[in-house]
Amino acid sequence: MSSVASVHSLWTVAADMPGRIPAPHIEYAQLAPTLIVLGAAVVGVLIEAFLPRRSRYYAQLLLSVVALAAAFAAVIGLAAGGFGSAKAHIAAMGAIAVDGPALFLQGTILLVSLIAVFTFAERRLDPAAHGNRVDSFAAQAAAVPGGKAEQAAVKAGFTTTEVFPIVLFAIGGMLVFPAANDLLTLFIALEVFSLPLYILCALARRQRLLSQESAVKYFLLGAFSSAFLLFGVALLYGYAGTVTYSGIAEVISDGAKQIDPALAGTMGNDVLLLIGSALVVMGLLFKVGAVPFHMWTPDVYQGAPTPVTGFMAAATKVAAFGALLRLLYVVLPGLRWDWRPVMWGVAILTMLGGAIVAITQTDIKRMLAYSSIAHAGFILAGVIATSENGISSVLFYLGAYSFVTLGAFAVVTLVRDAGGEATQLSKWAGLGRRSPLVAAVFAIFLLAFAGIPLTSGFTGKFAVFKAAAESGAGWLVVVGVLSSAIAAFFYIRVIVLMFFNEPKAEGPTVAVPSPLTTTAIAFGVVVTLVLGLAPQYFLHLAGQASVFIR
Amino acid sequence: MSFPLLTVTAAVPAVGAIATAALPAARRTAAKWLALLFSLATLALALLIAFRFRPGATGPYQLTESHTWIPDFGVRYELGVDGIAVALIALTALLIPFVILAGWHDADVLEDTRPNRRWRPTQGFFALILAVEAMVVISFEATDVFLFYLFFEAMLIPMYFLIGGFGDRAGGHGEEEAAAQRSRAAVKFLLYNLAGGLIMLAAVIGLYAVTADQLGTGTFSLQQIVEARAAGKLDIATGTERLLFLGFFFAFAVKAPLWPLHTWLPGAMGESTAPVAVLITAVVDKVGTFAMLRFCLQLFPQASSWATPVILVLALISVLYGALLAVAQRDIKRLIAYASISHFGFIVLGIFAMTSQGQSGATLYMVNHGISTAALMLVAGFLISRRGSRLIADYGGVQKVAPILAGTFLVGGLATLSLPGLAPFVSEFLVLVGTFSRYPAIGVIATVAIVLAALYVLVLYQRTMTGPVRDEVRAMPDLRVRELVVVAPLIALLIFLGVYPKPLTDLVNPAVGHTLSVVDKKDPQPAVQVDAVPGGDRRGPAVRDQDVEAAK
Repeated sequence: MSSVASVHSLWTVAADMPGRIPAPHIEYAQLAPTLIVLGAAVVGVLIEAFLPRRSRYYAQLLLSVVALAAAFAAVIGLAAGGFGSAKAHIAAMGAIAVDGPALFLQGTILLVSLIAVFTFAERRLDPAAHGNRVDSFAAQAAAVPGGKAEQAAVKAGFTTTEVFPIVLFAIGGMLVFPAANDLLTLFIALEVFSLPLYILCALARRQRLLSQESAVKYFLLGAFSSAFLLFGVALLYGYAGTVTYSGIAEVISDGAKQIDPALAGTMGNDVLLLIGSALVVMGLLFKVGAVPFHMWTPDVYQGAPTPVTGFMAAATKVAAFGALLRLLYVVLPGLRWDWRPVMWGVAILTMLGGAIVAITQTDIKRMLAYSSIAHAGFILAGVIATSENGISSVLFYLGAYSFVTLGAFAVVTLVRDAGGEATQLSKWAGLGRRSPLVAAVFAIFLLAFAGIPLTSGFTGKFAVFKAAAESGAGWLVVVGVLSSAIAAFFYIRVIVLMFFNEPKAEGPTVAVPSPLTTTAIAFGVVVTLVLGLAPQYFLHLAGQASVFIR
Repeated sequence: MSFPLLTVTAAVPAVGAIATAALPAARRTAAKWLALLFSLATLALALLIAFRFRPGATGPYQLTESHTWIPDFGVRYELGVDGIAVALIALTALLIPFVILAGWHDADVLEDTRPNRRWRPTQGFFALILAVEAMVVISFEATDVFLFYLFFEAMLIPMYFLIGGFGDRAGGHGEEEAAAQRSRAAVKFLLYNLAGGLIMLAAVIGLYAVTADQLGTGTFSLQQIVEARAAGKLDIATGTERLLFLGFFFAFAVKAPLWPLHTWLPGAMGESTAPVAVLITAVVDKVGTFAMLRFCLQLFPQASSWATPVILVLALISVLYGALLAVAQRDIKRLIAYASISHFGFIVLGIFAMTSQGQSGATLYMVNHGISTAALMLVAGFLISRRGSRLIADYGGVQKVAPILAGTFLVGGLATLSLPGLAPFVSEFLVLVGTFSRYPAIGVIATVAIVLAALYVLVLYQRTMTGPVRDEVRAMPDLRVRELVVVAPLIALLIFLGVYPKPLTDLVNPAVGHTLSVVDKKDPQPAVQVDAVPGGDRRGPAVRDQDVEAAK
């Protein structure tokens, strides 16, 4: 039965018989990953309310890790049960797709989040405040920076353990985002994961003003893009008379069959379709960080607490690209000849823009922000391929890239001086002599970003460029490799700085992390090397997961 | 399944690199011996390859290994060697022990200058050399384009750290300035080669797209592509083939290096220590010229013919320009670097002359240039380490104080100028004959470089070794035992191969015949019978005819 019809009948029945609304049919088991995470988030809020302050940290950490691991296990279970391929279908009355790409991306997001939560929980890097171990987050977020309340909170040894439920809410939204199968679910998922991120950005313990500024910028620009997206959704509804992906795709390919009397003036109007889809895509490109919607990226990446930056850079990108893929491949394939040239332009601008501007950066976090923009461009090259290879290459790239990013930002948290993290690039001079191991690990991540062979970065880059070349976008590949060459320059520059420059006398020290951050970094290194040397299993997995259910 | 000799040969230095790097900071001497041991083991394996290789056997590659690796990319782990690869693997494995021995003290650190207890440059230096060796060996062995590309590109990273991390403290500036110059040279090296490699990446992807389009499944297997072309199943459009060829050739020309993409070489060779400079020019750069023979010509025969005139002119410019600039150098190591540019010009000339003499000569040239440059550069390194200066003007009269050093320097120099009786003469002669038989004008002009070579080598010798003994040089010790162990075998080899090049030519000729048959070129009928080609009559005509047929 068509889900459009079922929703429709639901409403008519409800309208006819008030008080007798039938319960919608929800496949709880298939939505288990999302439900587990959101449920844990709610429990986390309760923990904040009812547990004494001293035991909250451990309870929250345990809850988050268990919930994420359980959700990951649920994803594996669903994939093993064939929901990624043969039994793929649309659940929750047309709202959520359970198919290969959705499960692959959810698995990636959960694994990334699990590692990211480790870095959130790190409490050995910042020097203890008044005998209490503290993490990267503000003692009391509501206290005015530098004010009396803040001092009191620091003195009392408060920590913001709320970050765990907040990040769980964000993860829940991200899990829905790439699986959303109608535009309203898409919008709600966007808000569910964006709002917690705005809060997380504002929570840095050090340099709180910078952090709050970044949160405000992110919030304002994010609100803008949400508005764009929502307006686009409205226009698309006006065009198709429905918000489900398959319904809109049907109207695009076959024209509107049943004209809804209320929308008689707008249905089938291509102007609405073009403007509407452009606005929706714009909203997604904002989250992806593609040029020209990238303005927020450097400021937010720089200001946010570094664990949050790492989480955002990795998980948000996965979720947003997942949603973009589904939108372009399921809703708008009929419009391919309209959006492909535009996306060509966006991809080229993003690749070149990110790579060129990154050269002039003097702050490591800003540099990584621009590098993430350049990488968004590379991924877009795979998106444009409009083939199964394109989907699988994007899936693979997202997986490979997120672990490198997480690892790189985790290393950034280790390099510290009196003022907290030493993110000024000049302070990294000679790091290779002070701490060869940390510098070598960071060099591996940089080489992976640069796409040097034998790292995951190369495999991913090869996969997306191959998909693009096969779809006839040869010149896009040429621009891609040229911008890789430009990008290589600034990655190499950091390596030069670390290994070939003399250490400064007042240089930063490398903090010794707890096993939490060590695990995160080690996991990043292992994934980087395994995906570089023996990527076949994961390529195959991505290849199997590359069919969207319609 | 037979013993995977090729894999093991590449794996031994890789394991050695890891083992050396893993040694604790205090075990510096142990690291050196361990690295030497692993390099000798690799040499033994390389000799085993040469021993097991049958030059006359049918089929382009021997000792082949083939395993699935990344089916999604059409990539197989395919190894195989022809005569050219065997010669170059042997060269690489031969030179590395000497490089390690010559660099024995290059990475020593004074105890009080160590920033912390984990800093172990000695271990790093030797581990990186072994890592480069492993990657070079596997790129000589790879018959899968993707596999080759992977290591061709990856070897830049250890090379980069070798250039940027270790210097000879003889640049005439302070330590800080020297470090800055070194890191500039290293970055220039890396950016040039990385840019070349990335452009090649676009061509590699293009090749996949073409094969996937025409053969159904994309493949990178050199043999499969060559066979498919011969069978007419694969027909790359002319324009596409030319673009792909240019993508590949650009990377190899940067690596080789060919004028005008050569500018990274003098800096990299000048700023690095002498053993690393040998590693660059005698080992790593050979991958570039080797790849022209193996990949450019065989994958894109028509495009190769199309581009030949331009490439020959570029090679000719390299030959003359390198020689002229070598004459004008004031720095010993930069002089040798420019001489190398001139010699790489000869190699490219030989390859693209598309005659059997030219290509045999080019392959021989790769080997001989490796040995002769190693001899000259390593002795120059010993000289520089004694005086602490790279400038020619700082020397004079060395032959009176250190006669053995001067003598070995002279032999290395004479080999560089291709004196008859020393190995490089044979190859240079073959290249010139091969070029002349098809392109007489270019052959004649290239001959001028021989005169220039005599000029820069002899002037270098005269200014540094003869004349009145300078005060700074007076206390200079002669070659030590370790240094003699490095130089003597190289010189012996130069003389041996100069008098009796047959083992090498026998090895190389069938492979060259195969390459030419793939390119579908026959030697022009010489108006005068050239009898001077050593081993030219041993080409095994039966094999060649078969290959020609197979190619059609």
